[in-house]
Order: sequence, then C-alpha cells, then structure tokens
Amino acid sequence: MNDSQKPDQPHRGLGARRKQRIDDLAATSGTTTTVAEAGAIDESGGVGLVASAWRRLRRNPIFLIGLVITCAFILLALLSPWIAPHDPADNPLIDKVSRQSNPVPGPEPGFPLGGDDSGRDLLSRLLVGSQQTLLVGVCATIFGLAGGLALGTLAGAFGGWVDSVVMRIVDVMLSIPSLLLAVSISALAARPSQWTVIIAVAVVQVPIFARLLRGSMLAQRGKDHVLAARALGVKRSAIILRHMLPNSLGPVIVQATLVLATAIIDAAALSFLGLGNPDDSKPEWGQMLGQAQMYIYDHPHLAFYPAACIIVVALGFTLMGESLREALDPKSRR
Amino acid sequence: MLKFIIRRLLQLVVVLFVLSILLFAWLRALPGGVVSAMLGERATPESRARLTEAFGLNEPLPVQYWRFLTRALQGDFGVSTGVQPGKTATSILIERFPATIELSFVALMLAIVVAIPLGYLAAKKRASFLDNTSIVASLVGVAVPVFFLAFLLKYVFAIQLGWLPVSGRSSIPDATHVTGFFVLDGLLTREWDAAWDALKHLILPGIALASIPFAMVFRITRASVLEVLDEDFVRTAQAKGLSHRVVRGRHIMRNALLPVITAVGLQVGALLAGAVLTETVFNFGGIGEALKFAFTLRDYPVLQLLVFVAALTYVLVNLLVDILYAVVDPRVRTR
Repeated sequence: MNDSQKPDQPHRGLGARRKQRIDDLAATSGTTTTVAEAGAIDESGGVGLVASAWRRLRRNPIFLIGLVITCAFILLALLSPWIAPHDPADNPLIDKVSRQSNPVPGPEPGFPLGGDDSGRDLLSRLLVGSQQTLLVGVCATIFGLAGGLALGTLAGAFGGWVDSVVMRIVDVMLSIPSLLLAVSISALAARPSQWTVIIAVAVVQVPIFARLLRGSMLAQRGKDHVLAARALGVKRSAIILRHMLPNSLGPVIVQATLVLATAIIDAAALSFLGLGNPDDSKPEWGQMLGQAQMYIYDHPHLAFYPAACIIVVALGFTLMGESLREALDPKSRR
Repeated sequence: MLKFIIRRLLQLVVVLFVLSILLFAWLRALPGGVVSAMLGERATPESRARLTEAFGLNEPLPVQYWRFLTRALQGDFGVSTGVQPGKTATSILIERFPATIELSFVALMLAIVVAIPLGYLAAKKRASFLDNTSIVASLVGVAVPVFFLAFLLKYVFAIQLGWLPVSGRSSIPDATHVTGFFVLDGLLTREWDAAWDALKHLILPGIALASIPFAMVFRITRASVLEVLDEDFVRTAQAKGLSHRVVRGRHIMRNALLPVITAVGLQVGALLAGAVLTETVFNFGGIGEALKFAFTLRDYPVLQLLVFVAALTYVLVNLLVDILYAVVDPRVRTR
C-alpha cells in the first residue's frame, strides 16, 4: 500500500542513471500537477493534488475494497502453482467422464468442485487460471497504452495537420464497436492463440488512450511551465517527453486501471464467440467461461465459477479505477 | 447552425472514406488472402484461379479499391458464402437489422427510464444508502460480462421458472410482418397477441443488453446533476420560492441532461457490440447473431457489410446527437 506514496520504490533494479531520470519524472509530475492546479491549493490548505487524493483514497472504503481484491488476485496469480492441489493440465478424473451419461464429473474427495469435461480438476484450473487472466489483462493494457501513448503524444504534441490525420484515424477506430474491432483483428491471425486475443483486446484500447492523452496534452501546450521551457530554448522532444507527457498521465492511469477490467471481460467475450485461445492446457478464466457454454444448461457451475472470478476481479479493478478518478478530479475536492 | 451541420457532414464523409480503406485493406490482409479464406487451404489451383479472376484480385490494388468503393456505394457488397449462402449480403442485412434495432432500442429505453431518475435521486441524496448502493450496482453492471448475464437471465427466468420464452423473436409463425419490427408490426396489424408475444421475447435480452448503457447513463446523470445542483441559478430559483417540481424540471434536469445525451450517443457502439453477444445467447436473429456466424464461417462479404453498417450507425447516431445538442444548447454552435 505504501508503494503509491513512494514512487521510486519499484525502480530499484534499474541502472542508476535511468533511475535518476525516472525519479526526476516522478518528482516533476507530482510537483507540476500541483502547479497546474494552483487554484485548488488555496482551498484545501496547501496540499498538493496527489497528496490530497491519497489522503481521501485512504479513507474511501470503495477504493480499499478494490485494492484488497486486486492485491489478492495478484497474490493468487503468483502463488497458485503451489496452492493448486493438482496440475491444471492433468486429467485425473478422465475415468469418470463418459460422453453419454455424465460428461462432467461431480465433486468427490480431493476434488471439491469436481472436474471439467476432460476430467481435469476444476478448482486447480480456476486457481491457476488467475495467471493467464492476469497476463491477458496486464499485457493488453500495456500494449493498448503504448499504442495510445504513441498516437496521442504525436497528435497532442504537434497539433496542426498531424493532429488532424491521427485523430481521423482514431475516430474511425472508435466508430467501430469495440467488440467488432477486436473480432476483426483476431480474424487476421491464421490461428488464434493467447497472443492474438491479447493484441485484439489491446488494439481496441488504443484509440481511447490516444484521445484521452491528446486532450490532456493539448491542455498542457498553453500552460505556463511549457511556455517557460519553450522560452528557455528547451528542445521540443524534451518539452514533450519531460514537461508535457508526465503531466498528462493522470487520466491515462485512471483509464488503464479500468481497462484492466474491460480487457479481461473482452477476452472472455472473444472466447465466447469462438475466437479465444484453443489451447487450454494453460487455463484462463475467459477461456473456461467460453468453453463452458456447451454445458451451460446441464452443468451451469462450469460457467458460474470462472464467471464469478472474472466479475470479482473486474469489479476490483473498476472500484479502484473509479475511486482514483474521483480522487484525482480537482472538482471533487469541494 | 447550417454551417455547423455542413462541417459535421464533411467530417462524416472523411471518416467513412478512411473506414472504407480500412475495410478494404482488412480483407486483403486476411491470412492467405480472400481466396484461401473462402475456399480453404485445400482448394485446387483451378478453382483458386477462377475465384481470383471472378473477384478481380489479379488487377492492381487501386483498381480493386475503386471497384470495391463504387459497388459498395450502390449497396452491393457481394453474395454471402456462409451465413445464408446465395443471398446477397445486403438482403441479409435488411432482413436482420430491424431485430437488432428493436432490441437495442428496448435496452436503451430500459436503461434510460431506470438510470436517469436513479441518477437524480442519488445525486440529490449524495453519500446516502441509496447513492452508495446504486453506485456499487452500476459498477457491478460494468464488471459482469454481458453474455454471462444473458445466460443467467435465460437460465433462471426462461428455463428454470419458465416465465418468459427461451429464444427467438416470436413464437407465432403466421403473424403478419410489415416493417420487420415485430412489436410494431403487431400493433399496426392489430394482432395484439403477436405484439405481446414479440414484447415478451424482448424482455430478457433487453434487460441483459440494458446493463451496458445503464451504468454509463446512471453515472453521467449523477455527476452532472451534482454539478448543476451547485450552480447559482438553482439556488436563485429555490430562493425565489419556485416549487420543487419546477426547479427540478426547468433548472436542474434541463441542464443536467445535456451531457447525458452525448453519453447515450456514445453508448451506441457498446450497445451494438453487446447485441452481438446477447443475440447469440438468445438466438435472436439480428445482425449480431449473423456477425457471429459470419466470423465462424468466414463469410467475408457479410462481415464487411455488417462491420461497415455498425460503424455507420454509430457515426450517424453521434452526428444526430451533436446536431440535437447544438439545438438544445446554443453555446455549442459558436465553437
């Protein structure tokens, strides 16, 4: 929990020079956000936006619930190979599976939730499934963020015709319903895999991040500290990367938290439509949910457990993202 | 005002042009190209050559694109190869689009009718039990995959309890259909039982799909009412001794609903995406279900048209929203 107070902590492993630069970035982003919200400082008694946001978040039960769920999910993903009673790819219950009478083995000693239609332990698959689910969520978010960052920075930093061209492309991407875009992207792959799912889900997020970033970059362009840097003759790339970008990241970080949830849900939707990862030796919750639709009326528990996991985790990310959004919004400080 | 509309229309043309290029490029970027995608890996060289010739794939790309564009402008997207083989993609669209519009409309209405009053009450009684509960409910709504909600509703209310039909749009095969909107058809032809039957088929998919716009409309309404409540003119109106009803209707809601209009417009895309999933669960027979089949069967003419229409719908609705916005709020026009 203390991590968000000390921005330098996660970067310990990096080289000293890079670390110094990142620290500088983190520091400038903190202080200049305060400068940007100078009007608000007087009202809240001289406390910066980030500090006051954290002060309110700490007491916000919605944020804390989200944080607990998220931490539990990450811990589970890290520890699941040791917690899971069986190998998720192994099929110890295969003798109990019969195509005609009983395709899905029920619970028995050692297998509290029973097995799936291939005789594999459902509980172990659920536990280990957290790993791939986390991977899908995090990778899709990072790829989407990277793409959006590139496009949004380009548009917001240069303005003019670059802005027009980039934003028209973004508009078109936004005009295709998200799921259809994801489905169209995954259809481009010769055979679906976990990575096609991740990329398809990530591409959908690119225009959203790009728009968001462009908006806050444009707002930065006229700000005093940017004008000052320009007047001092700082290089354009340095102004963009060190002065404008760090100050525009607030809404992007909020959005990224929310995207972690939608990425996991979208991946499940792709699996449901038959475009998920066909290789189920490494389970993923969305994939399990998508595959369970065959048995949904006779054995709804096969769908219910992975769905419940997805809902809880998505809720955790959403609760966190929404309370972050509210806390970082200067308007809600009243 | 006219200038504003013309400018927006020009933007629309640009967006559609870029979209057509993307769709054209997408079809050519498919693994193995269109021919392999349609014939499969094991096609004979002769049949491949025949199809290449028939589609004009041996001509230069600009020529191909020009033909694609001119045909598309005439509504000719080719013949379906998988969903309903032999039918043109356009006729499949015309047959199925009313179902999707009907479903999306019901879902949107359900969401608006519940979310706007709830958003107002939640904002009015900020941090109350009602406020917190409905915020959490809207967040849960975001977290539940819509197809799982659809399955859940279907399992409980249609299969276990048997209150509502399990799937499809109608269980009266000989009902007269004029417009393709089954409820409207029933009302127009005065076949009341057909209208009621069609409406019953809409309830479960409608609720499932409504979960998508509900969360957004609720949150925007709440946030925007909160903002307006603090405005001076609201205090003035109250101080003048105007009745609560007048203040609520004329001063608070009229101003607070402006952002909600935009939010509803932006939800159209999510609504269409959700319709693909909901329709699949309920075998609803709209373009959503057709899209799923088209992807599974690699029916590219149908896919191209449906993706194009989905995007066109989104762009058009948002154009209408922008124009409506400019009509309602004169401040927008000058920008």
